[in-house]
Amino acid sequence: MSESTPVVDMKGISIAFPGVKALDGVDFRLFPGEVHALLGENGAGKSTLIKALTGVYAVDDGTITVLGARQSFGTPAEAQAAGISTVYQEVNLCPNLSVEENILLGREPRRRGGIHWRNVRRKAEEVLDQLQLGHIDPRSVLSSHSIAVQQLIAIARAMQVEARVLILDEPTSSLDADEVQQLFSVIRTLRDRGVAILFVSHFLEQVYEVSDRMTVLRNGRLVGEYLTADLPRMGLISKMIGKELDALAELEEAESRRQPDRAERTPFLQAEGLGRKGSVRDVTITVHAGEILGLAGLLGSGRTETARLLFGADRADQGRLSINGSVRTLRTPRSAIDRDIAFSSENRKEEGLISDLSVRDNLILAMQAGKGWWRRVPRSTQDQLAEQFIETLDIRPANKDALIRDLSGGNQQKVLLARWLITEPKLLILDEPTRGIDIGAKTQIQKLISGLASGGMSIVFISAELEEVLRLSDTIAVLKDRHMVADIPNDGVTMEDVMTVIAGTGA
Amino acid sequence: MSALLRHRLTWPVLALVLLLLLNQLFRADFLSVRIQDGHLYGSLIDILRNGAPTILIALGMTLVIASRGIDLSVGAVAAIAGAISCMYIYSSPDPSSWQTAAMGVTIAVVAGLALGLWNGFLVSVIGIQPIIATLVLMTAGRGLAQLVTDGQIISVSNDSYQAIGAGFFLGLPIAILIAAGAFGVAGLLTRRTALGTLIEAVGINPVASRLAGIDARTITWTVYVFSGLCAAVAGLMISSNVTAADANNAGLYIEMDAILAVVIGGTSLAGGRYSLVGTLVGALIIQTLTTTVYTLGVPPEATLVFKALVVIIVCLLQSSRARTLFRQRRRPVTEQSQVKVAI
Ligand SMILES: Nc1ncnc2c1ncn2[C@@H]1O[C@H](COP(=O)(O)OP(=O)(O)OP(=O)(O)O)[C@@H](O)[C@H]1O
Ligand SMILES: [Mg+2]
Repeated sequence: MSESTPVVDMKGISIAFPGVKALDGVDFRLFPGEVHALLGENGAGKSTLIKALTGVYAVDDGTITVLGARQSFGTPAEAQAAGISTVYQEVNLCPNLSVEENILLGREPRRRGGIHWRNVRRKAEEVLDQLQLGHIDPRSVLSSHSIAVQQLIAIARAMQVEARVLILDEPTSSLDADEVQQLFSVIRTLRDRGVAILFVSHFLEQVYEVSDRMTVLRNGRLVGEYLTADLPRMGLISKMIGKELDALAELEEAESRRQPDRAERTPFLQAEGLGRKGSVRDVTITVHAGEILGLAGLLGSGRTETARLLFGADRADQGRLSINGSVRTLRTPRSAIDRDIAFSSENRKEEGLISDLSVRDNLILAMQAGKGWWRRVPRSTQDQLAEQFIETLDIRPANKDALIRDLSGGNQQKVLLARWLITEPKLLILDEPTRGIDIGAKTQIQKLISGLASGGMSIVFISAELEEVLRLSDTIAVLKDRHMVADIPNDGVTMEDVMTVIAGTGA
Repeated sequence: MSALLRHRLTWPVLALVLLLLLNQLFRADFLSVRIQDGHLYGSLIDILRNGAPTILIALGMTLVIASRGIDLSVGAVAAIAGAISCMYIYSSPDPSSWQTAAMGVTIAVVAGLALGLWNGFLVSVIGIQPIIATLVLMTAGRGLAQLVTDGQIISVSNDSYQAIGAGFFLGLPIAILIAAGAFGVAGLLTRRTALGTLIEAVGINPVASRLAGIDARTITWTVYVFSGLCAAVAGLMISSNVTAADANNAGLYIEMDAILAVVIGGTSLAGGRYSLVGTLVGALIIQTLTTTVYTLGVPPEATLVFKALVVIIVCLLQSSRARTLFRQRRRPVTEQSQVKVAI
């Protein structure tokens, strides 16, 4: 790592939105051949700093120097032309186009004025291979892939350009350990080639594994820049949250939860051989009141598909589902919700946010939908619930009238979680509920989930982080190649045990 | 001041005021309203009365557009409604009684509701794209109206029927009262209940709305039925005003005026947040424009071009607002030196 001149040098950057000072005099440098982690709590200003650099937002104050020249990019396209390639926090691709079109959009190889499709395919395949994604058909439609694969494709797109600077805003938020490793090996190769890489993540292990240097932000202000080797984890956490906190201890704190008695009552939900053509099959699970069922498996193993079947988002065409002892067919989400089932999707932009509505409207949405349009939730109840959940989940800014599109990624996630908590369901299906949530809030949400279960709520919990699944679940259902292979009671099983089953040797 | 400039209604209202003032410049009595025989008269009243059908249709259109749809069939539905009521009155044994008029109106309104149901069915159950689904009725509807009237222009003389489009109540044209009433009801219905928010949610993100448990089908159906209702009543006003049903020309191009009114009023064609008041202002701008054309004596050949010009100007004014408001993209500080990249 050379202490030469930085490729990117931002000085005194300030950006204010109505009512929020998102960045306040922040300095940031990025050197060639380094992986630089940008850290901070939800809403600290990480994504905003990136958008200031790439011309999405104009800065109110401060200077940006790229490769020695003062710059103020008017559009992201200008930043890209200057060698800065970016993957934004929310996947920004065209769902209706094919994978290859998305990877090469706007840079298609041309021949005699037209697009040279054979070359498009070849180039797309090359980048996909580089990310070990050779199994993805470049001609398939983007929206047919899970959010994790879409995230990988967005990364593939960014790497397809010969960039001097590669920016990745939470690229690993929905990836499994394997994909993370693949991504990191690519990142290291690029770094060794002299590319400067800016990396945002709430996974501190990943930060310590891959980064050389870090910059910490808090409430829109710069806390400091450190060499990764010089700042231990505890120190980093206290710099992020601004106080000395026994966060690690709190993290490791054992969850003492009353074990639900399985034998006694009828289970809340029971699926036998549930499946759907082209989706998943053989899903046989039982969830009692007060029980947490974890779904484990690799990327594309069918976890999300299972959740969708249980919620009626997709209709099952095989097997049997009984709720509270009686057999049911769930045709629509509505019919599941009417039976007190809730589902928080992993795909927050496409399947969660109503972007142009306020935080309050978003919070209240599922409850209102349940009441029907003619029985409006009274404004006072709306306000009271909104205030209550903004406080419980520490949603920032604490403004129920803010448009949800203006919240930071982690805070949006909290709103969506609260949307379902408000409906007080009996079964809560959570697909990656802690995606993009900072380390402090994550512990808090895990505690909340465990507390809800103690109160009698059943929970189906999906997370790419196996550790999190293990910590919370009473039972772990393992999926592999789109069918269920095992059902493991969580009494003293280790990560390795589950990994063995996932890998297939133990099934 | 900047907050005022950013308000979604500022530019449309400003445009409306300017248009009115322009008219006043050319005709000194333009803005004056007088009372004659206990009725209000004047150019402003005329604008309101002649604009009532457009206002009404634009009202229904607003909710359809907010739900991410569009209804091209409104003109045809208006023609059908006029044809049905006139034909009923024309062929009844007692063509001048108020009972006949009431029956004709009822049948026409029911027909409008049914046609709205049909559109809603195509869009929400069959899943046809709204523009195509309503195009079916837009083209077929005029044919239907002709079938009803047997290809003739049906003239009726029934005082009660004529009152809808040309009558007065408490000094005000009845058409205006009907349009105002419809606005009030729609405003209450969408904002006092959750309908407005749910329509917006479906318009902004249909997938997320479905997963949140919103019964999008019912919502979609409701807005098309409401649009059909508005179109039918507008059709009654139009035919009543001329005491005749003209299957070919009644409500011709009114769907375009209505869509324009909605867009000028600040509701995006992409669906989502809508403004009924904005639509009202938009419809008034369109109607005032038509009046202005006469006041200024614009040659008939140039009328459409003139209208188009004004509409483009209003839309352009708004889009700069939309840019600052929606993309939060503020202009870079101008005095900032823009050094060229020199590598
Ligand atoms: N377009 C916008 N309009 C208004 N406020 C905004 C806008 N974009 C961001 N903000 C606010 O600026 C602050 C910083 O947001 P930013 O997205 O940069 O956070 P972040 O550090 O990326 O958080 P996360 O880890 O949750 O992604 C937040 O308070 C957010 O609400
Ligand atoms: Mg962010």
